[in-house]
Amino acid sequence: MSAPKLLSANFGSEVSHRLDHYLERGGYDEARRVIAEVEPEQVIDQVKRAKLRGCGGAGFPTGMKWSFIPKGGDKPVYLAVNADEGEPGTFKDKYILTYEPHMLLEGMLICGKAVGCHKAYIYVRGEFDLPIERMEQAVAEAYERGYLGADVMGTGFPFDVVVHRGGGAYICGEETALLESLEGKPGHPRLKPPFPALVGLHGCPTVINNVETLALVPHITRLGADAFLKLGVESQGGTKLYCVSGHVNRPGIFELSPSVTLRALIDDYAGGMRDGAKLKAVIPGGLSAPVLRPDELDTEGSFEGLKQVNSMLGSAGLIVMDESVCMVEAMHTIIQFYAHESCGQCTPCREGTGWMRRIVERILAGHGRAEDTANLDSIARKITGTTICPLGDAAAWPVMGFVEKFRDEFEYFCKNGRSMVSGEKVGA
Amino acid sequence: MPKLTIDGREVEVEQGTTLIEAARRLDIHIPHYCYHRGLSIAGNCRMCLVEVEGAPKMMIACHTQAADGMVVHTDNDKCREFRASILEFILVNHPLDCPVCDQAGECKLQDYYMEHGAAGSRLDEDKVKKRAKAKQIGPNIMLDTERCILCSRCVRFTDEITHTHELGITERADHSEITLADGAWLDNRYAGCVVDICPVGALTDRDFRFKCRVWYLTAVDSICTGCGRGCNIAIHVNRDRPHKAGGARVMRYKPRENPEVNQWWMCDEGRYTYKQIDHDRLTEATVEGRTATVEEALDATGAALRKAGDAVGVLVATTATNEELYLARALFAGALGGHAAYLAPPQGEADDLLILADKAPNTRGAQEILGEQAADPVAWVKEKGVKAVVVVGEAELTGLKAEVDHVAVIATHPGKATEQAHVVLPGSVHAEAEGSFTNLAGRVQRIRVAVPPIGGAVETWRLLMELGDRLGHPFDFAFEDDIFAALADQLAPFAGLSHESLGRRGAPLGSGTTQPAEVA
Repeated sequence: MSAPKLLSANFGSEVSHRLDHYLERGGYDEARRVIAEVEPEQVIDQVKRAKLRGCGGAGFPTGMKWSFIPKGGDKPVYLAVNADEGEPGTFKDKYILTYEPHMLLEGMLICGKAVGCHKAYIYVRGEFDLPIERMEQAVAEAYERGYLGADVMGTGFPFDVVVHRGGGAYICGEETALLESLEGKPGHPRLKPPFPALVGLHGCPTVINNVETLALVPHITRLGADAFLKLGVESQGGTKLYCVSGHVNRPGIFELSPSVTLRALIDDYAGGMRDGAKLKAVIPGGLSAPVLRPDELDTEGSFEGLKQVNSMLGSAGLIVMDESVCMVEAMHTIIQFYAHESCGQCTPCREGTGWMRRIVERILAGHGRAEDTANLDSIARKITGTTICPLGDAAAWPVMGFVEKFRDEFEYFCKNGRSMVSGEKVGA
Repeated sequence: MPKLTIDGREVEVEQGTTLIEAARRLDIHIPHYCYHRGLSIAGNCRMCLVEVEGAPKMMIACHTQAADGMVVHTDNDKCREFRASILEFILVNHPLDCPVCDQAGECKLQDYYMEHGAAGSRLDEDKVKKRAKAKQIGPNIMLDTERCILCSRCVRFTDEITHTHELGITERADHSEITLADGAWLDNRYAGCVVDICPVGALTDRDFRFKCRVWYLTAVDSICTGCGRGCNIAIHVNRDRPHKAGGARVMRYKPRENPEVNQWWMCDEGRYTYKQIDHDRLTEATVEGRTATVEEALDATGAALRKAGDAVGVLVATTATNEELYLARALFAGALGGHAAYLAPPQGEADDLLILADKAPNTRGAQEILGEQAADPVAWVKEKGVKAVVVVGEAELTGLKAEVDHVAVIATHPGKATEQAHVVLPGSVHAEAEGSFTNLAGRVQRIRVAVPPIGGAVETWRLLMELGDRLGHPFDFAFEDDIFAALADQLAPFAGLSHESLGRRGAPLGSGTTQPAEVA
């Protein structure tokens, strides 16, 4: 369970974001070596064998994603770094941007070598003031000292990086909405196919990777694929950043092997439940992951492990709730978010999220009806799988999960006009 | 070429064909809102979800490409369930104001709800209040965002067809709204098309709205007369209750799809020319400025022409049909041994989409049938020694009356031509007779009778035949298609064509002898 801190060793440092500090730690050695000495296919193969899985939420094998980029095409290849970390309960990428911006840049350089890309954009969530400042500073330093630009570290390899500040829409973290936004358009996810690997930014082949994913890349080339894989589990190499928030004693960010169980994560790393309260529910992978009950927490915190309990690791943001939480009220918080953030393109998500929000608000106000619980479930089911992007699913899954696992609380609130937990009605 | 099965029937289609188009080949209509064949694929309405065997979820037929061996169901229980659910979602924030909505009766939301919708409503929440209700967004267009289902057809039209980008969607989620771009005004030359493609009552035409319920309208195939493009249209006629619309019979034009001519579109200049049909028409004959019966007027002109012998001529505007042009030629240049020429068409601006500089519908037909243009009508009569002339249509004729003994004008509206007339005969507009036009590209296209000639007006072709009778050269044509048959018999480019073979989409000159005309 104890894992080396590849990413988080310097989280909280006052100096780790500076180029000199990164260089003292051997920074950019891997990028220099890979650019100068390693063939693109070898890099991709190494990342594949290391079983690096995308840390944005979907867990897609990174090496495979890189291999989809066509070789020798006449269009430029772009790299878009997804730093639009907006999934509620998730706060890992902003730490990397803030404390290890050069590690991200180094990973980007290696990716650039692997896929033949010479221009990258870092799309950062608009609200991230300090991370953006740090990232911009790092890019400026790297240009000044020749780690970016027309001739990276004297290798003849050109690589340009632009830090792009997002406008604050959750949907722009969806990779094709991110591309639209980068192009200056509203963040509306694109129909697929074509996939971004073929038709991405400005119609050109594009790799879109999460910050954490790319920051792990220099460690793969440094440690080698086998050693990196050994840090993780069979299906997923390397360490993983877990964000734990909610009713625990030590909320925070933990870099661990994905072999860790959710229970150990809460009890051993996050200090157990706050004030000795009893655990009620855990949302394991960012807000959209289906909720888990206390008896489902012995599962491994890997992408595959969470699948076993019909949930998902997602962005590895754990939201821990104790028994003081009214699940109807919790669902309101969730559905309010999605109803606000739906981009509005697809009918089911645009109309369904707001409809569910209004039903929950009516229940909270004490005007619930017997059929509301079943209606919430059936509305959510009609949203899943019917939309262009996964936001529809992301909004529907928590509703389905809450209704399935805490149905009695919903039915009680509808029937009695007050919360089973607090005994109060909540809304106006 | 992938071969697939849709609803139990096999079909083979070209690589890249979408399921919605593959189904169309089998005459299977998959309900849709955002999909339009003339626009890019948006895939947002989700109405066209179908089941593809082996696919993990329902697929949108507008974007999913046919693949070999694919088995598709478009109307099984699952599809119907999803369709009903999409309609339920659309109606979450759609007002139930059909009785006061001008789109009622031609609304895809109404149509699909009747066919595919759920019976009852589960919705008891307040609807989202949108900002723009009955907001004017251009000279002719009203926007009602409460009725909008955000299919984005109008946005894509202004982005992809006119490239004018006036429209966009602002806000997110169920607050999303169609809106004008900053400082924009929906006044491009094709703006009316956004009303045509809006599947619901969100965009309506200020010229038409609230004038007539659409179920009182009859649609008749025709051709726009605004320029030489010959855009295919439907004339929408209010046959039963003109008294409810100030006596107007023709209520509007709608573009009719023709991939060879106008695709799905038409310009606003052409669209609103319908007003001429019922406005300021000549409804009675005059002789020397005095009201006369058509018989009296024909007699007067007949006598004048007889007196002139072969010093007779006819000048035909290029608004005339091929049939009228042919009769003019056959009578004046043929039977009477006189002269026939066409008048110069009015010229205007052209653009790179549909609008042509030649502002008449049948210049090409006139070129083919009469050959000679009389650029200066007064000089022409002098040169030819014409003493009695019949003018068909409108033209600048200043000084003509002084040059000849008799000028008869077959006209539809008072104008420059009637000012020079000894005799005025009230003729028909394109909506009042059968016939055909040949557009500038050489495509011969039919026009159909939408309304009878107004007031005391008579079909122009009948007036020309009546003159033939009075001059001892009767034609034995019973109907307009007989005239066309004679034309096709006499003039090689028209050979082999007939009104029937022209069908709804017309046929190119010269195609009658080599290939069968396309019948839609």
